Amino acid sequence: MRHTLVALVEDKPGVLNRVASLFRRRAFNIESLTVGHTERPGVSRMTIVIDSDQTSAHRVTAHLYTLVNVIQVDDLAEKPAVNRDLALVKVRAEGDSRARLLRVVDETRAHIVDTSATTVTLEITGEPEHLDLVIGRLQPFGVVEMVRTGLVAMARGDVAMRPPNGGYSNHAAVPLD
Amino acid sequence: MKRTGAQIIWESLVREGVKYVFGYPGGAILPAYDAMLDYPIHHVLVRHEQGGTHMADGYARAGGGVGVAMATSGPGATNMITGIATAQMDSSPIVCITGQVPSKLVGYDAFQETDVTGITLPITKHNYLVTDVRDIQHTIREAFYIARTGRPGPVLVDITKDAQQASADFEPDTSPIRLPGYRPDLRPLTADMHTAAELIREAERPLILAGHGVLMSGAMRELREFAERTRTPVAMTLLGIGCLPASHPLNLGMMGMHGEAWVNNAIQQADLLLAFGMRFDDRVTGNTKTYAPNAKKIHIEIDPSEVNKNVKVDVALIGDLRETLGQLLPHLGHCDHSEWLEYIDEMKGDTAVRDIQSLPDSGHLYAAHVINDLWRFTRGEALVVTDVGQHQMWEAQYYKHETPHSHITSGGLGTMGFALPAAIGAKFARPEAEVWAVAGDGGFQMTAAELATAAQENLKVNVAIINNGYLGMVRQWQEFFYERRYAATPMRSPDFVKLAEAHGLTGIRVTERSQIEAAVRQAEDTQGTVVIDFRVEQEDSVYPMVPAGADLHAMIRRPKPSVLAETAADR
Repeated sequence: MRHTLVALVEDKPGVLNRVASLFRRRAFNIESLTVGHTERPGVSRMTIVIDSDQTSAHRVTAHLYTLVNVIQVDDLAEKPAVNRDLALVKVRAEGDSRARLLRVVDETRAHIVDTSATTVTLEITGEPEHLDLVIGRLQPFGVVEMVRTGLVAMARGDVAMRPPNGGYSNHAAVPLD
Repeated sequence: MKRTGAQIIWESLVREGVKYVFGYPGGAILPAYDAMLDYPIHHVLVRHEQGGTHMADGYARAGGGVGVAMATSGPGATNMITGIATAQMDSSPIVCITGQVPSKLVGYDAFQETDVTGITLPITKHNYLVTDVRDIQHTIREAFYIARTGRPGPVLVDITKDAQQASADFEPDTSPIRLPGYRPDLRPLTADMHTAAELIREAERPLILAGHGVLMSGAMRELREFAERTRTPVAMTLLGIGCLPASHPLNLGMMGMHGEAWVNNAIQQADLLLAFGMRFDDRVTGNTKTYAPNAKKIHIEIDPSEVNKNVKVDVALIGDLRETLGQLLPHLGHCDHSEWLEYIDEMKGDTAVRDIQSLPDSGHLYAAHVINDLWRFTRGEALVVTDVGQHQMWEAQYYKHETPHSHITSGGLGTMGFALPAAIGAKFARPEAEVWAVAGDGGFQMTAAELATAAQENLKVNVAIINNGYLGMVRQWQEFFYERRYAATPMRSPDFVKLAEAHGLTGIRVTERSQIEAAVRQAEDTQGTVVIDFRVEQEDSVYPMVPAGADLHAMIRRPKPSVLAETAADR
């Protein structure tokens, strides 16, 4: 199944390399990886999507903790979360098809962010499955170019990811399935 | 006060208590070497940077504290890789300091530039690139702290030449080290402690698997108390040897690929395995699908990423082994497992008869006899550093270690060439110890140049070369699994006696068992380093053996002595 790991890391040179290298070395395939700032200076947040079983997700979490610059790791597959992906899609839009395309845009909550005589560039935001669906509907028009940012995610409710104050849970001590 | 970056390096090393640095100079580290002469640290000039890292490793494992190796950029740094990976696999605390090309040239493929932090990223516990003189002090403090705490390991600090040359205000920093993502101080959950205590009380056939962690956390006393109070037998990993005296009645000896069959069978039949500071390496488990099928497993381990990695366990107690055992002991009463202990004893069966020690002296020199005699004539008191291969296994089987930290070897990485330089490092850490490097003819030649280091330092180590004219362990695998097709394993070596003499050292050749005692005595009585060339039986094999990936109970037993004597006579 798909696991969304969120890692708070120190914003230091080479951290991305350390995390990526760990996934490579332990033979985990990364589906997507995003890095960005957080509410606190000096702390970056990585969202890493992997396709693996529960045991492997626990394993990679434990390995992430062996990196000195990794402050905290959370697996959002285990809790309700908001997941967002963003895509830019440049679609062919000439003659008759242009009007049909605009109807699809209307129905799918896509935004037009750029146009030319022969193409329309759309921005689509939402759950990854929503993006898959919209992109599927755009395919018949002819997709000229496409990019997705990869997932960012956050747990729902009033919980927040905070670096622990000395109280770090023995995640790996939990008996595995 | 103003200090150059080079001076700050040495100020920092002195403040960490460093007495020895094993290194090799070069362009990008020259500022540091220039400043070295003003500080009370003894520099050991190695002959190859790999040797330097093994020396730092051997120094650390012998109990000297964090070992320090130094090298220049580019080839100096890449030569360290094997030693760093060795230290990483066996959790040995070393700090490697490398020079780097000036920061303005980093990324431009300058002369002797290499991305050493990139290269060593997966084989260090952590590493740093320092480009600013103001970062040198706190980086070196962090490096030592990370290397020695938690699960120890190698840390590399790469310092650009301009950072070494620049000056900055220097005040010794004694503030607490702040690493928000580094947690070496984990403790087990109370509920897990209670579950573990209950499993221990209920067990009828418990067995302790004692690993390197016992020695590194200094839990020898706690292990012994645990074993004696609960009457639980102890099997050791290769790196755990020495954590309980070999003569202790509850000590079963080594487990795994070349452990005794009855020890492995005891593991397979146990109903509770207590893994103390070990990581269920494939060399000790064999096929994990059939490993100890009826046993509950309790894992006491400092590194959470080792838990459930190779073998799924029922309870994990994460934390320092000594502290954790200390907290667990009050919950445990006295047990009596005499039935289980007697059963294990019965499983020994005809093992003693099959043992090579029962083989009469037939004029052939067996490696196992050499090791056994070395043990006898050194009264079991030597600090033995082994290389990798057949001799390493025979040493583990036949040198009976009574004290901790008296057995040093490259376990995880299996690095040939480890013994001589690691023995040199160990001797610096424990000058009063009688240090023996035991190596095969193949492994010895990989780092034989370090004989010159020993000679230059007037250092006394004894080197026993178990010389069978083959890369013996590979040859054994070819014999067992590749139809005796000896591809690239026969090896012609130089005259090791003359080689020793060329270094101004003493060389001795031994071809018969009767000569062993005199050779060992001569080595002990000679002032400098002595090399003994033991010309042993060429096609001898290490028994028993679990083939790689096979079930732990599916062992190749030793041939009966009569068979062994016949095959020896054939050759």
